[in-house]
Amino acid sequence: MIEMRNISIDFPGVAALKNVHFQIEKGKIQALIGANGAGKSTLMKVLSGAYDHYRGDIYFNQNKVDIRTPKKAKELGIQMVYQEVDTALVGNLTVGENIMLEQMVHQMGKRQWINWKTVHKEAANILADLKVDIPTNRLIQELTLAEKQMVVIARAISNQCKCLILDEPTAPLSQNETDELFRLIRLLKEKGVAIIFISHRLPELFEICEAITVMRNGEIVMAEKTEITSPKSVIEHMLGKSLGEQYPLRKPEIGRTVLETVAFSDGDIVKNLSIHMRKGEIVGLAGLVGAGKTEICKALFGAAPKYSGEIIIRGKKEKFQSPADAVHAGVALVPEERRKEGLVVSESVAVNLSVSVLKRLSKIFGLIQFQDEKREANDLINRLNIKTPSPDTKAESLSGGNQQKVVIGKWLAGESEIYIFDEPTKGVDVGAKREIFQLIADLAAQGKSVLYASSELSDILGMTDRVYVIYDGKVVKELETASTNEQELLYYSTGGK
Amino acid sequence: MAAQQNLLEKKQSVNRPFKLFDFLYKYGTIITIFLLVIVFTAANPAFIDGSNIVNILRSISIVTIIAIGVTISLSVNGFDLSVGSTASVANAIVISMFVWYSQNLFTALAAGMAAALAVGLLNSALIVKMKIPDMLTTLAMMFIIQGVALTYTKGATITQNMIMPDGSYATGTISPAFAKIGQVPWIILIMIVIVIVVHIFLNYTKHGRYMYMIGGNAEAARLSGIPVNKYKMLAYLLSALCAGVGGTVLAARVMTAEINAGAPYLMDSVAAAFIGLSVLGAGKPNAFGTFIGAVLIGLLQNGLVMMSVPYYAMDIVKGAVLVFALGLTYYRQK
Repeated sequence: MIEMRNISIDFPGVAALKNVHFQIEKGKIQALIGANGAGKSTLMKVLSGAYDHYRGDIYFNQNKVDIRTPKKAKELGIQMVYQEVDTALVGNLTVGENIMLEQMVHQMGKRQWINWKTVHKEAANILADLKVDIPTNRLIQELTLAEKQMVVIARAISNQCKCLILDEPTAPLSQNETDELFRLIRLLKEKGVAIIFISHRLPELFEICEAITVMRNGEIVMAEKTEITSPKSVIEHMLGKSLGEQYPLRKPEIGRTVLETVAFSDGDIVKNLSIHMRKGEIVGLAGLVGAGKTEICKALFGAAPKYSGEIIIRGKKEKFQSPADAVHAGVALVPEERRKEGLVVSESVAVNLSVSVLKRLSKIFGLIQFQDEKREANDLINRLNIKTPSPDTKAESLSGGNQQKVVIGKWLAGESEIYIFDEPTKGVDVGAKREIFQLIADLAAQGKSVLYASSELSDILGMTDRVYVIYDGKVVKELETASTNEQELLYYSTGGK
Repeated sequence: MAAQQNLLEKKQSVNRPFKLFDFLYKYGTIITIFLLVIVFTAANPAFIDGSNIVNILRSISIVTIIAIGVTISLSVNGFDLSVGSTASVANAIVISMFVWYSQNLFTALAAGMAAALAVGLLNSALIVKMKIPDMLTTLAMMFIIQGVALTYTKGATITQNMIMPDGSYATGTISPAFAKIGQVPWIILIMIVIVIVVHIFLNYTKHGRYMYMIGGNAEAARLSGIPVNKYKMLAYLLSALCAGVGGTVLAARVMTAEINAGAPYLMDSVAAAFIGLSVLGAGKPNAFGTFIGAVLIGLLQNGLVMMSVPYYAMDIVKGAVLVFALGLTYYRQK
C-alpha cells in the first residue's frame, strides 16, 4: 500500500537515513526495530510528514505522493501515535472531546455551535467499535497511561486511518494492558489498517507482527517474514555482530549491611518498607509498572515530598530533607525518565557529567577548574564508551542509550556508595543495554551497593543477587535470585500470595 | 565503529551549511549596534564624541545594574518583575535616611540594601515555599512594593530642605561622598564591576553552573543533588540586591526620591536581559549579553533624542526592540 523508495536525509550530528526502501501492506502488521539512533524514528517521521528536506519518493497505492507536512500525511490517512501520549492529548478535556478533537477543529466548516450529544455519541461509537470501555465524559487527566493510549488510537481511527504507526506503545504498559493493546491492534488489522509497530521487546514483535524490518546506522539491514526469522537473528542484525552472553558474569563478594530502612513510608504509595542492602550486592526491586518501584527509589533518595520511618546508612540514622542530603550521604539515583529527570539536555555532556563533583572541581570562590572538568569528562566518555562528537556537545543530540550513560556517568565521578537504578535500560538498545549491565556489575564488584528496580523480570534474574518483589507499594516477598525464576517473580508481582 | 561514527558526525558538523538566521542570532545585536553608531554619526557627527559616549555609558549604567539582577533571576528560569519597585524603595530609603534622619553614608547605604534584600527574601519565600509561579509572585510584589514606597514617602518627593508634614523644613543633608556615586567615572565603574563580577559568577563558578542547570531542568538538577530551593532563593536575593544597588545609584544621580522613580527601569532592563540572551549565541541569560543589550537600548535612546525624536515616543521604540528580542529568542526555540 505504501512504499518508500530511496529515502535519504541528513542532519548535523544525528544518524541520517541512507537510501532506505520500506514498504507496508494493507491489513498487515509490520515491525520496525533497531538500536537507538538507528534511524527508525527518523524514517517514521518522514512518513508522517515531520520533515520536508528528505530525498527519495513515497508511493501510496502506486501513486507518487509528496508528503512534506503532517497535514498531507493525515490527509492520506497516515497517523502516528508517539510514545509520549500525554503530548497528544488535552488533559483537562473529556475523552469524547479528545477523540473528536480533529473533527471539532477541521470539520466544523461554517458551523459555530458544538453539539455535545453528537460529539459524545460519535466518540462512544468509535470506542465501542474498538471494544474499549472508557466513559466518554471522563477527563483525560484521570485516565491511566494505557487508557490514554487507547484514546489516542481511537482518535487516529476516527480520521479514516489507513496506516497507523505505533512508536514503542508497550514500553510503559503492564502485561494485561499490553494484551489489551494487542487485541486492539489485531482488530484494526482485520479492518484493513496497515500497522507499523516499533518496539524493543522482541517477544512481542514475534507474537503480533507478520514481517520484521531491522535498521542499523540509517540503513535497512534486514526485512523478513516473521515465520522465517528468529529473535537471535534479529538481534544479530541489530547489533551487526553475533550475540554473546547478555548478562555479565559476576562473583559477588557481599559484605556488611550498608543501607537499611525501618517502617519506611512516603505517606502516599510506599508503605511500611523494610529493606536492607549490603556492600557489593545488587538488590532487585521487581514489580509491574505502577507497583511503586519508582516511588520507592525516589523516597530513598530524599526526593519524596515527605516520609516517615527510618533510613539507616552505615549504622547512622539519616534524615533526608532533599536529594542534596542523600547525595551527601553517598546515595546516587539514576532516575527512570532520563530526559525529564536525569539530564539538563540544553547543557553539554561535560556539564552534565560533572554536576555531582563540581565541589571537588572548583577552587576558591567556587571557581570551576575547566581543565580538570574537561579531563574528567573525557575520562568518563572513554570509560563508558559514550558516543558523542565532543564533551561540549549538547546532551540533547545524543541517542537514548548514550544519554543514559551520561546520567550514570554523572555519579561515577563522585564518591557514591549506594546506587539506585530505576529502569536503567528502558528505551535503550541491546548493545548499550549490555554495556550498562556491565557497568552495574563493575560497581558491585568495586564494593558498591546497588538497588536495581525493573519491570523486566529477565533483567532482574540476570543481574541481581537478591530480589524484593513489590506490589501496591509494599514488599510482598523477598527471594534469593539464584533460587527463583520468572514465573515465581511474576506470581508475586501480580499479587499472588 | 564508534570512532567511525564520531568521525562521521564531526564531518557533518563541519559541512553544516551557513545559516543566515543563526548568524544573525549570534551577531545581530552587535551588528545593529555598529549600524546604529554609523547612522547616528552620519546624522549628527557629535554622536561619536567622547563626551557623548561617556554620556551614553552613564545613562545606561542604572539600567544595566538592574538588568543584571533580572538576568540572574532568568538564569534559574525565574523572572523578577519587582526590580523596578525594589529600586524605588531603595532610592526612597537611602535619600530619606540622609534627609529625614540625618544619617551617615554607611547607615543610609546599609538601610537601602537591607530594604532591597527584604524584598528579595519575601519574593523567594513566596516562590520557593508557597510555590506561586515566579512571574505572578513578582508581579504582585511589584505592586505591593510600589505601594510601600509610596506610603513610606507619603506620596511626596523627598529632597533636601523639603517641607515636612508638620510645616518645618527637613534638616538633613545628603553626603557629598554619596553624590560621587552618581557621577562619572564612579557610576560607570560600578556598572562595569557588577557586570564583570556577575559574568564570572554565572559562567566560571559552580554556583552559576548550578543556577543554569536549574534553569535548564529544575527536576534533573534536584535529582542531581543540587539544593534547588537554596539557589532559587539566592537568585532572587541577588536580583533584589542588584535592584537595590540600581536604586541607590539612581538616588545618587538625581539626589532626590521621586515617587516610583525606579518603575521606568523595569521595561528597559527586561529588554536588555532578553536582547542579551542571543548575544554571541549564548542562548541563555548572561551578564555580558545583558550589558550589550543595555548598550543597544542606550544608543537608540541617545541617538533618537539627538535626532529630535520626542521623549514620549521613546517607549514605542524600546517596546519594539523588546518584542524583536523576544521574537528572536522564541522563534529560535521553535
